[in-house]
Amino acid sequence: MSFIQSRYNLTEADLERYLGEALSKGGDYADLYFEYLTTTSASLDESIVKSASQGVSVGCGVRVISGEKTGYAYTNDLAPEKLTHAARTAAQIAASSSKVRVAGLEEQKGTQDLYPVVHTPGDVEFSQKVSLLRQADEAARAYDARIFRVEVGYRDSVRHILIVNSEGVVRSDTQPLTRLDVSVLAREGDKMERGHDGTGGRVGLDYFQTERTPEDLAKEAARQAILQLGAEEAPAGEMPVVLGPGWPGILLHEAVGHGLEADFNRKQLSAFSGMIGRRVASELCTVIDDGHIPSRRGSMNVDDEGATTGRAVLIEKGILKAYLQDRLSSRILGTPPTGNGRRESYRHIPMPRMTNTFMLAGEDAPEDIVRSVDRGIYCANFGGGQVDITSGKFVFSASESYLIEGGKLTRPVRGATLIGNGPDVLTKVSRVGHDLKLDRGIGTCGKEGQSVPVGVGIPTIKIDQLTVGGTNVMRAGSTFQE
Amino acid sequence: MDYLDLAADLVARARKQGADEVECVVHEGSSFSVGVRLGEIEQIKDSGSKAIGLRVLQGRRAASTFSSDFSAEGINVLLQSALETVRFTSDDPFNGLPEADELGVGIDPALLELYHDDVLALTAEQKIEMALSAEAAALDADARITNSEGADCSSGWSRSVLANSNGFAGEYSSTYCSLSVSPLAESNGSKERDFWYSVSLSAAGLDSPEEVGRRAAERALRRLNPTKIETTQVPVVFEPGVARSLLGHIFQAVSGDAVYRDASFLAGKLGEEVANKNIHVIDDGLRPRGFGSSPFDDEGVATRRTTIIDNGVLKSYLLNSYTARKLGLKTTGNASRGLAGSPGVGPGNFMLRAGEHTAEEIIASVDRGLYVTELIGQGVNLVTGDYSRGAAGLWIENGQLTYPVSEITIGGNLKQIFKDIEMIGSDLDFRSALVVPTLKVRLMTLAGK
Repeated sequence: MSFIQSRYNLTEADLERYLGEALSKGGDYADLYFEYLTTTSASLDESIVKSASQGVSVGCGVRVISGEKTGYAYTNDLAPEKLTHAARTAAQIAASSSKVRVAGLEEQKGTQDLYPVVHTPGDVEFSQKVSLLRQADEAARAYDARIFRVEVGYRDSVRHILIVNSEGVVRSDTQPLTRLDVSVLAREGDKMERGHDGTGGRVGLDYFQTERTPEDLAKEAARQAILQLGAEEAPAGEMPVVLGPGWPGILLHEAVGHGLEADFNRKQLSAFSGMIGRRVASELCTVIDDGHIPSRRGSMNVDDEGATTGRAVLIEKGILKAYLQDRLSSRILGTPPTGNGRRESYRHIPMPRMTNTFMLAGEDAPEDIVRSVDRGIYCANFGGGQVDITSGKFVFSASESYLIEGGKLTRPVRGATLIGNGPDVLTKVSRVGHDLKLDRGIGTCGKEGQSVPVGVGIPTIKIDQLTVGGTNVMRAGSTFQE
Repeated sequence: MDYLDLAADLVARARKQGADEVECVVHEGSSFSVGVRLGEIEQIKDSGSKAIGLRVLQGRRAASTFSSDFSAEGINVLLQSALETVRFTSDDPFNGLPEADELGVGIDPALLELYHDDVLALTAEQKIEMALSAEAAALDADARITNSEGADCSSGWSRSVLANSNGFAGEYSSTYCSLSVSPLAESNGSKERDFWYSVSLSAAGLDSPEEVGRRAAERALRRLNPTKIETTQVPVVFEPGVARSLLGHIFQAVSGDAVYRDASFLAGKLGEEVANKNIHVIDDGLRPRGFGSSPFDDEGVATRRTTIIDNGVLKSYLLNSYTARKLGLKTTGNASRGLAGSPGVGPGNFMLRAGEHTAEEIIASVDRGLYVTELIGQGVNLVTGDYSRGAAGLWIENGQLTYPVSEITIGGNLKQIFKDIEMIGSDLDFRSALVVPTLKVRLMTLAGK
């Protein structure tokens, strides 16, 4: 029996009764999503632990689907009368005489165990979490005397979910999520710059001893801030752009990933609508969304609709192959679900979302890719990005970038923003490195007000032409024209 | 048990069990929303939730806990884990509740007019009808409006309760309703989406569905077949909806949290000229029907009116009690907290005083330049003021709006941008706690081709 069933004494007969209420007005399908989420967090600033927090959030969302209509109601009180009320409220969406019967519930054993955490982060003594903060603080301050401010944040959660639907599916999962972030400020004269690094995933605390330590993060954040102190204004205008491996995979997420979510496509709202089978990228590009990579931030044993997660090939050698599906879209489009139905919490209706999105490695050596650029920009790290799904226009901001001059990285530049057009940008990819890297596990994706953890990854790639939004027009006009 | 009693009771229990200072909040609310698309109901969502947050101090150490479990056991866990967690934080001499003489209400809550019965009287059918009419108005506006992401109508109420061990206990409730439409325009292979919305604390304050739909359609249509322009430097006019983000950067930069950390380009600039002489910014928590209004802040300090920038000169930061102590100043009644963690700083109604020009006059003053209607991306560095964001809008030629422009960025440095605000519109946009009119910046860098 799942954690939630035993904690709240929910028998299968109870669950079937709520589903029955949900379908009492004639919906086609109903599901219940129970969530019990515990979180802890702690933060350090000015070398002292300023805050620590623990919390519990419990609730259930009831969904009823009738044709293309969705009714949704939630409650954070799991008392029988409240659950019944939520089910009846959601039921109002349907108004048909046809009755769907609730299939007998049968608990499905999970086939995946992607985050075998021996001790979930919630079980660990708070003092161990706090000591991660202190380790990072000391290492950042020791890195360079110009580092004058260090903030460190630790956060973990354990999410117990139980999903039950009118087709008889019962799935449960326990999903840990942990992250550690270091932000620093460096000062030299009247110049001041910020540096940041973070890491995490569906991991326990041991990750910060064996994989990436607080010291690693501190040094990386400090290195970036010191580097930025010496950075020049970024150039402005169109030029070749080389993306380094790992986190710059956010390009895939913004430029193509969102545009391939099935809800936008079945409604013909995406710049990629109706383009399955068409060329949307150079033949060097194969893009994957994979929700079942062990321990990754974007991974889940089951998605938030109870479907087993898997690997979807979105673009194969430049040809658009598939959209990311949730249950409603796959039902309407008549295509199989891809395990991409996700939601932020019991308060939210599921939508098609990305999990871990990355490009497969190519054959080029990264140094050869840089060498092939006479004048351009190299982006090693990004802050964040955004896309307009309909027009396809995307933008993202580099937090660490360099000028490429004569095939070599020369000087660091600050404030570079890249802007382009989703359906077009991957057609301009002319080199793909053999160095695929996944990011460090701190990505959060927002869509229609819902945030979910995601991963990205990319090898070194060269985009022949992209607009760089810097502030230095003179250089762009004189030097940066190919 | 009434939530005000529950909060006061928890404060007393925590004190009894060894906490030196205690603060308790209860948030409760419910909302109902309908989504329609292409004339059909797509989604109906009904939600109700409540949660409780507890912050305890022992000596100068602070910790917090929160829960949505209001059972006796849930409340016990909340209290015990707060008392346990506070062992792990550090002594911080600046921690503590506000002084007793700072606590209170700035105004009788009723005078703020935050709660409107007409919102609660709206029926589901009325909301469906409003959403359908708004979408229909957009779809009917022009043959090139070919599709829609839908229209939404939602309404709700919320209640905030706060009690602390210095004797404060207070509560207030507010309502809201909103209507939005996102139509899609299509012509010659170009697809563009835009949206418009109306939001108000009262149902009577909403614009008509027809008006919302018509404006949404107009906005999508004017974006069709955009051009990418050459990299250049020109004057930039921000419509109020995007000028709001510029004002938001001023808010972030004067917020005590950023100032005491030196993480703001306005830190240490009190008394200095930080913007053009025509710029006046106030924070007013007492404005009736304002989205940023409240009788007291999230620490129980009376809200008020604070002058932030006067004739371009920085007059005050926005502070809660912690950041005030850090900076050796007095709180401005701008504490803002969620359920967890220490209070941060939030705006009341943060307003840039209107100028005398209409948007048309401002556009007419530009020979060649950009009228920005959308900004995307996060390219803003508050520490240095570096600014570079993705933009879309309309090109201005000889004082007239001409063709649409997209896939460009606008860039500069916020320190200079605020000194370069040459003209200020009379068209204040009241749809948020940040209130701002059309603004014209003398010169910015546009990166395009």
